[in-house]
Amino acid sequence: MSTIPPVEAAVHRKAPLLKRLPVISHFNKSVGLQRGMLVVGLVLTGTFLLTAIFAPLLAPYGFAQLSDADGSFPTQQAPGGKHLLGTTVGGYDVLSRVIWGSQTAILVILVAVVLSIFAGVILGLVSGYLGGWLDRILVVVADAIYAFPSLLVAIVMAIVISGGESSLLGGVLAAAISITVVFIPQYFRVIRAETIRLKAEPFVESAKVVGASSIRIMGRHIYRNATRTLPLIFTLNASEAILTLAGLGFLGFGIEPSSAAEWGFDLNKALADTTSGIWWTGVFPGLAIVWTVLGLTLVGESINDLNDPRLRGRKRAGNKGGPDSTAAAQAAISADVRSS
Amino acid sequence: MTINIGSVSDRHAAGTGPVLDIDHLKVTFATDAGDVHAVRDVSLEVKAGEVLAIVGESGSGKTVTAKTILGLLPETAISSGAVVINGSNVISVSPGKLRQIRGRDVAMVFQEPSTALNPVFTVGWQIAEGILAHAGRDGGKRVTAKEAKARAIEALRKVGIPDPETRVNYYPHQFSGGQKQRVVIAAALALNPGLIVADEPTTALDVTVQAEILELLRDLRDKYGTSIVLITHNMGVVADLADRVVVMYQGNVVEEASARSLFADPRQDYTRKLLAAVPHLGRHSASEGMTERAHQGGQVLVEAKGLTIEYPGRLGSPAFKAVDGVSFTVSEGEVFGLVGESGSGKTTIGRAIAGLNRTTGGSLNVLGYEMLNFKERTFKPLRKEIGFVFQDPAASFNPQLTIGDCVAEPLVIHTNPSPAQARQRVGELLESVQLPASYADRFPHELSGGQRQRASLARALILNPKLLIADEPTSALDVSVQAKVLELFREIQQEFGFAALFISHDLAVVDMLSHWVGVLYKGKLVEQGIGHHVMGSPQHDYTKRLIASLPVPDPAEQAKRREDHRALLGI
Repeated sequence: MSTIPPVEAAVHRKAPLLKRLPVISHFNKSVGLQRGMLVVGLVLTGTFLLTAIFAPLLAPYGFAQLSDADGSFPTQQAPGGKHLLGTTVGGYDVLSRVIWGSQTAILVILVAVVLSIFAGVILGLVSGYLGGWLDRILVVVADAIYAFPSLLVAIVMAIVISGGESSLLGGVLAAAISITVVFIPQYFRVIRAETIRLKAEPFVESAKVVGASSIRIMGRHIYRNATRTLPLIFTLNASEAILTLAGLGFLGFGIEPSSAAEWGFDLNKALADTTSGIWWTGVFPGLAIVWTVLGLTLVGESINDLNDPRLRGRKRAGNKGGPDSTAAAQAAISADVRSS
Repeated sequence: MTINIGSVSDRHAAGTGPVLDIDHLKVTFATDAGDVHAVRDVSLEVKAGEVLAIVGESGSGKTVTAKTILGLLPETAISSGAVVINGSNVISVSPGKLRQIRGRDVAMVFQEPSTALNPVFTVGWQIAEGILAHAGRDGGKRVTAKEAKARAIEALRKVGIPDPETRVNYYPHQFSGGQKQRVVIAAALALNPGLIVADEPTTALDVTVQAEILELLRDLRDKYGTSIVLITHNMGVVADLADRVVVMYQGNVVEEASARSLFADPRQDYTRKLLAAVPHLGRHSASEGMTERAHQGGQVLVEAKGLTIEYPGRLGSPAFKAVDGVSFTVSEGEVFGLVGESGSGKTTIGRAIAGLNRTTGGSLNVLGYEMLNFKERTFKPLRKEIGFVFQDPAASFNPQLTIGDCVAEPLVIHTNPSPAQARQRVGELLESVQLPASYADRFPHELSGGQRQRASLARALILNPKLLIADEPTSALDVSVQAKVLELFREIQQEFGFAALFISHDLAVVDMLSHWVGVLYKGKLVEQGIGHHVMGSPQHDYTKRLIASLPVPDPAEQAKRREDHRALLGI
């Protein structure tokens, strides 16, 4: 038998860990408008995160503080002076409430999304891989939850879980768990669909042929391949979680002002102010919500586009010299990366 | 780098210029890993009534060249040079002009006929679409829907669809695969273009159907003088149809010659190696010189008696019998080759032996275990005696695990070794399939197709199984890689002495490896015997047809075989 020099596979060793992290690798891949969107999203989200982390340093007063050494805060004071963004009807400092609110928001997002990822991924894997009656029941339940308006489910859950109590932990947990219930079907669906697709892949069959157990196949072969879209769903759901939390707070199922600052609750209380021309109590918590949701959505949408090779923009081939610049092409040929 | 060897004036009809003239074409793609130069420098021309074959392995740039001819490159590509069809340069014309050229001057036939046709429209509508799109423009007269339909019927008649008046109203799913490809060709012919670009037109089809489509393409050239650019990797198809051949390698034209002189006297090293790697029916037969079935003294590992496998039908429709009353045995140390076309049930049998499919009737005894009462729990201990090599090496490895982890998996499951032991054994196995032991740390995507298939073989053999099932192990590979993997398979089989069930649609490949060959047709085993007996003097009508349809990579011999094939079919 004769031999032909094989077209060796290009051996690109893995890039350093730092460059493979979700958002960083996406940033490196992006160009033009897509990079712009991602950067804006990252900046907005970054400020939100930093504000939450450094809230104790940034906020001039506590979230439930009504007085300082000089006596009680004035109520409904216009922005300026001691209270940069004014005070509310109850005498809270708006700036402090907005800053502390970011902490509540992040806590709820984390608890809610982590809980729903855990439950959703496990249920999705088991349901998709094992199939049968278990799969059918879970799908019906997920569909039933989908059919409810998500805010309604959240309200019901909030009542069931906290029974109207509103401590910080109780409030945050109630909000987080009610959001979790709404989100589990989403993760469940995504992971289940991926699992069903992967189940038919030859590498799963080859594991079956060598005698691997179902648990081993699910844990070792399917899990890591099915969860690659999670960072994307995470960012998109995080913004939805904030909106649900704000909605709950706005409807009065949130957290009492004495246990934590919550933007939705503040918006609710600001409702009556608008007619008397007091704009600052509503605008700033509202802006905070828009800021965070916009940031997270931009990051999520950018990642979504960048993950899909068909949507991802690329630098034009052949550099700026265009097709005629043979020198540039020659240089590129020598640096050619060819995958076989 | 263009080497013009074939004399240009060979078939030059007086007064007619080339239908297609490609001059210094260069195509570059922008990818994540930087620019990829798919086509570096290609110049060629196609004369009227000529069949030009562009051959090459995957990544040689042949398909990109074909797509450039119709201006079908994606946005990420940049092309330079000239592709001149009837005086217009496809690369630089406006999109409007390009639309006029497509269909009228040049048309395309795609690889997969079932995806090239829209399932929700009748074939007549789809053929007429092209006619109507060009009517009224480019100075042509208006065409009514009725006229367009009449022309669609005419086109269907041209490509040999029986009863075109009725069938013009059929939907794609009412045609068989070969007929669908005929419809695609009819759509390409609807406006009588001078040039048809056929990108792997027979790759998705069975050999017997492939022979019919090649016959049709040859007819079109002879009757209507249509020029054809044939893109293929199959040297048999080239030998059967092409007048002139362009060999491409890594974006460059390596050699250009008339078909006869290329096969008889290849000038370039690459072409010579490529041709030598093509499996040729009747050469290198594994069963050469055997007069009776070998290995009959040993233990019988697999015994099927009247084996039947049914897939449940949809509600109301009867079950589909994929395998129907098949009986055969595989003994220790024997390589049993199973050949058949798509839908013949060959893969189903292989999967049933590995316990991936349930059997529904008859008896299938694997290593003493009756598969009719299959339970995963009781069968599991036997799994270490069975290795399985899958068709697609790219998909049969978990992309998240290293090759070492993948290869060691059977070992870890069945013997629970220490990591050091596992590593050592993986190293040994990789060496025996001629991969460096250091490849254990690589990820599957860092290996080429052939390397992955070797690793796949290593995984199947790591527990020293008695039986290996190989399901089309080389059909996803290039010929030169296939040749090496087959050679390796043969060596390893002799060294390890396992029995093997070798499943393939390619007669030449099966003959190269198998001692005993079974031919499956529609779920029935129509013939079995010693490899070179079956290939040399087939007894069953279907086997005769199958072997006669297979094009051999030699134009002179193929012309003779074509006559025999016609005689066999009674044309």
